[in-house]
Amino acid sequence: MNFTFVLSQSITQALGVTAIIYCLAAMGLNLQFGYTGLLNFGQVAFAAIGAYSVGVIVISFGASLWAAIPIGLLASVALALVLGIPTLRLRADYLAIVTIATSEIIRLLVRSIALRDTFGGANGINGKMGQAFHDLNPFHADIDLPFLTWTRQDLWVVTVGWSLIAIFTLAIWLLVRSPWGRVVKGIREDENAVVSLGKNAYVYKMQALILGGLLGTVGGIVWAIAKQSVQPDNFVPDVTFFSYTILLLGGAARVFGPIVGAIIFWFLLVFVGEFLNQMIDAGWITFLLPTDVGPIRFILVGLGLMGLMIFRPQGIFGDKRELALNAR
Amino acid sequence: MPKGGKYQLSVDETTLPAGVSFTKPEYQSRSILVLMGDKKVLFGFSSGEGGGGATSSSFTWARISQLLVDGLFFGILIALGAVGLNLIFGTTGLTNFSHGELLTLGAFTAIVLNELGLNLVIAAPIAVVISAILWGWGQNRILWKRLRRRKTGLIASMVVTIGLAITIRYTLLLIFGGSPRSYQQFAGQTGLEFGPVSITPKSIVFAILAAIAIAATVIWLQRSRIGKATRAVSDNPALASATGIDVERVISVVWILGAGLAGFAGIYLGSTQDVTWNMGQRLLLVMFAAVTLGGLGTIYGAIVGALVVGMFVQLSTLFIPTEMKTVGALFLMIIILLVRPQGILGRRERVG
Repeated sequence: MNFTFVLSQSITQALGVTAIIYCLAAMGLNLQFGYTGLLNFGQVAFAAIGAYSVGVIVISFGASLWAAIPIGLLASVALALVLGIPTLRLRADYLAIVTIATSEIIRLLVRSIALRDTFGGANGINGKMGQAFHDLNPFHADIDLPFLTWTRQDLWVVTVGWSLIAIFTLAIWLLVRSPWGRVVKGIREDENAVVSLGKNAYVYKMQALILGGLLGTVGGIVWAIAKQSVQPDNFVPDVTFFSYTILLLGGAARVFGPIVGAIIFWFLLVFVGEFLNQMIDAGWITFLLPTDVGPIRFILVGLGLMGLMIFRPQGIFGDKRELALNAR
Repeated sequence: MPKGGKYQLSVDETTLPAGVSFTKPEYQSRSILVLMGDKKVLFGFSSGEGGGGATSSSFTWARISQLLVDGLFFGILIALGAVGLNLIFGTTGLTNFSHGELLTLGAFTAIVLNELGLNLVIAAPIAVVISAILWGWGQNRILWKRLRRRKTGLIASMVVTIGLAITIRYTLLLIFGGSPRSYQQFAGQTGLEFGPVSITPKSIVFAILAAIAIAATVIWLQRSRIGKATRAVSDNPALASATGIDVERVISVVWILGAGLAGFAGIYLGSTQDVTWNMGQRLLLVMFAAVTLGGLGTIYGAIVGALVVGMFVQLSTLFIPTEMKTVGALFLMIIILLVRPQGILGRRERVG
């Protein structure tokens, strides 16, 4: 039983690339769900757009990474428009159904055999798609602290990732304090009231959907650059729901909610997984197999999502007055 | 296999139909230990999600009529799930993203009874009853009734259904493992030939029973007291409550009925394909497509929508690869939302 290893893994993961990706996705959901009340169940589609833009444009078409990133962001805006135009005038659940359906459409399209030459089918796209970014790496050595171990590449991605999150958090903070932020919060609480005041709620909801989607797409781009591989089955709806759990854990409609949520979520998830693994290895738990650890982690996420939404919808640090999701 | 022992197996990839490939390249050749009477899936082929044959673009009448029959059967299966989904939505306003898991739970309840030694003919009805009471009435009692009393909002409740779906799915994976199971009876039936169309006897029996169940539900909604009360609650819960209808009782009945039908759908699906931990989840979006197509909350709409989606999914394989047939159904749903958001049978009203 190596407790130091468990703790070191948990801390490394809680601050690592995966936490950054999920944090970005959850920040997007915070704008959409937390502030505007839009139930986007297809955030993973925006991440997939970002990741596949990098993969397809750099590897399949051989173009530059610096061309792929803006194209990915444009594609993300296009996706938000496609999703929003039919559904944002309708009741909240229509958006939920259409977004989750679209995320599955995109996953099934990119994993299809018919489009294998472009998207790589079930195996996805593998190759040095993030090389242009890693060439800029100013770090010369791996980091190997007692509780933190990153390779030189990961260190560079993590530095840029958290810097991006800091910039976006500042931007969101300014945005939600602005008149724009007051309008979208008004839409969340009582859309009819906002409409009667002469605001075009549809346009504001669309803007929130686009901005939140862009954050998810940035997460997807980070994914492709950091992991140098995109596979369709990484982009299942569960990713969206992990992001929701992160958002609710940290507190929806709180600027720092997604950051706090992502760090706590990945710390707990990795800690539980590694701890169980070590217990099983050491023979202290005999009724579980190593393969049972994965499902147990998912069960905890599911129970966590339910429990948070029922008992503390404002999250650990949230303010209940801020978030009255009972408006409709 | 003549006897147990170690065998080296390989598949010549050139003999596979077009559009079929290995899920993992190393599956092409593998050695396995075969025990007497053991059954295993030896080669994992992928032709997209949901399996099914390969693409073929032959427009023969035989093929079209086979697809029409398949589509009708698939539509009846979807209708079983969609009716419950829509009844629950109509009476409580809850968009239940864990409805697919009601199918899975039904199928696994039947598997447990089946593996305890009960013939599927006996196990299936018992499993439907258990589904209705335990997974339907019990779920409503333990979870949703309390949430309604706490006045949890509908958006929050939708997120709760997601959490519940994840919990149920991975609990089943933890208990039963990831490999597909099948019922001990009627497993490998050969199809009966009706002219150009081939159907397995079990599919016919299941489809007829399902059609009877759906018809009975419709008659029950039209004629019986509680059925009429259900329609009243769907129409306007506050008004129904004011006229003396016990709304909570109606909701209980709807959960019992919805979960029973879903459990039956799960056994139907598990018997014609496989019982896996995520079988219901894979059908959830198709059920949503059916419900949206027919009109959220309209019960007859769910049935019409399910038949349209079932036919559409099967017939679309004439034009698009089989692996993308679900994509077609989901596209259809989005197009319908653009031009007629209230669905085919929905009333014209503001849904925004």
